[in-house]
Amino acid sequence: MENDITISVKGLTKRFGNFTAVDNISFEVRKGEIFGFLGANGAGKTTAMRMLCGLSYPTSGSGTVAGYDITRQAEEIKRHIGYMSQRFSLYEELTVKENLTLFSTIYGMTSNAIKAKTENVFRILGMENMKDAPVKDIPVGWKQKLAFSAATMHNPEVVFLDEPTGGVDPVTRRKFWEMIYRASSEGMTIFVTTHYLDEAEYCNRISIMVDGRIKALDSPERLKEKYGVKTMDEAFRIVARDARRGE
Amino acid sequence: MNNAIDIRGITKKYGSLTALDNVTFSVPEGMMLGLIGPDGAGKTTLYRILTTLLSPDAGTATVAGLDTVKDYKGIRAEIGYMPERFSLYQDLTVNENLHFFASLFGVKVEDNYDLIAPIFHQLSKFPNRRAGALSGGMKQKLALGCALIHRPKVLLLDEPTTGVDAVSRSEFWDMLATLKEKGITILVSTSYMDEAQRCERIALIDKGRILDVNTPEKLVEGLGEHIYNVSAEKMYPLLEALRSLPEVKNCYTFGATLHIATESGFHPADAIRRLSDMGLTDVKIYPANGDIEDLFIKLAGNGE
Repeated sequence: MENDITISVKGLTKRFGNFTAVDNISFEVRKGEIFGFLGANGAGKTTAMRMLCGLSYPTSGSGTVAGYDITRQAEEIKRHIGYMSQRFSLYEELTVKENLTLFSTIYGMTSNAIKAKTENVFRILGMENMKDAPVKDIPVGWKQKLAFSAATMHNPEVVFLDEPTGGVDPVTRRKFWEMIYRASSEGMTIFVTTHYLDEAEYCNRISIMVDGRIKALDSPERLKEKYGVKTMDEAFRIVARDARRGE
Repeated sequence: MNNAIDIRGITKKYGSLTALDNVTFSVPEGMMLGLIGPDGAGKTTLYRILTTLLSPDAGTATVAGLDTVKDYKGIRAEIGYMPERFSLYQDLTVNENLHFFASLFGVKVEDNYDLIAPIFHQLSKFPNRRAGALSGGMKQKLALGCALIHRPKVLLLDEPTTGVDAVSRSEFWDMLATLKEKGITILVSTSYMDEAQRCERIALIDKGRILDVNTPEKLVEGLGEHIYNVSAEKMYPLLEALRSLPEVKNCYTFGATLHIATESGFHPADAIRRLSDMGLTDVKIYPANGDIEDLFIKLAGNGE
């Protein structure tokens, strides 16, 4: 049973001076689960995610990601996770192929493995004809699929997606989520933040952070039931409306 | 009624790419009109022409009665513009940004205080914080405040709520509703279809062409499709199975269920039987009311 847990944190806290960005949060994420990490702007999501990725040292509390301790094995964690953000994921001046090669090399893959994986990605995505195009010249929908592929070239146990679909039209967002579904059905754990609450419905479970704390955590279905509403949008508003920070 | 924005046959090409293709529509004074279309449809190019930052190759447009080419200087005093990317000075504080934009337009922050009061009230908690250190929602509220500082007649907002949480988005749209009541004309683009629903009218744009301009209700009436909700125990296999059925024209995720657009001869009971034969369990199919999101997906799908 223990092996089924990819992420586990207990009492995780991060303070900056007298400001508590993340306040004593605890949760577990199962292998292959799509876990939605929601919250208002400024609720502490990014800070929490940085601790899980080994980029920020917790003030107190403990946790493991992919079997590694977030306080003592930060470097190991970085090798076993993937990370994609809407703000930065790819080098615009490099070609599609160069981007994939760069990320794979950083993750220490062998050149044979890189070649096989890159060809596989092009085949699955149907991108053979654009592999030599600079990333800045390809449409945003393709960029996203490519960014997800780049973040998962090394087959990480868990991938962190920080607002991967911000500012993207409804059709392109859906195509991206189908990639997430597929990765999850193959056993990859997905940890994702989003402001689109219809996307929250696609998650197996959701946590909602308010002012540094986790105020709600359950499946979308049970959360809607609990708050007596029909959509996650309404549930989110009920949970987040008492937020004090909102900065 | 006069038109606050009047666009006649605007065309704009970048090399061999036609970004805008003979675009014609207008926005009456005091209306809030949503500009909705897929990424790359030409929305931002249209904003750049209306804000006089780009000249069209053909056609004319007026904003607040002024021509975007001939009267470009005059227009700039009549419009408030929020570009897609955060455009304030990140190293200036909240107050410094407001005063900077006021001085650019030769007004004082106090002059049009009634317009920005609701925004100012929220920002007043941290007047000395740098704009770059604000959260997504507050950045956008500050940008709206700066765009309103000279009491423009027309607001041009290019995806103003990207990266903003649901509660802040809702507050932002409440502010827009208040501004509309004060007589300000608003042209706003968005990738959130719940926001599109809040516009009086919507102009649908794809591949540089305007497909339709109408109220959200009328546009949805024109969907002309038989749409159903479908769910099963395992959703990803269900998605693939539905796409293999010949009478399913389109299948896509829709919140907690999938939506399918079907031919008129679609029989739910028959489909459930065949899906069960394919190994799917707990399949449910029931009619759905299509909305703007379904319409958008249909239009974008047809374009491919």
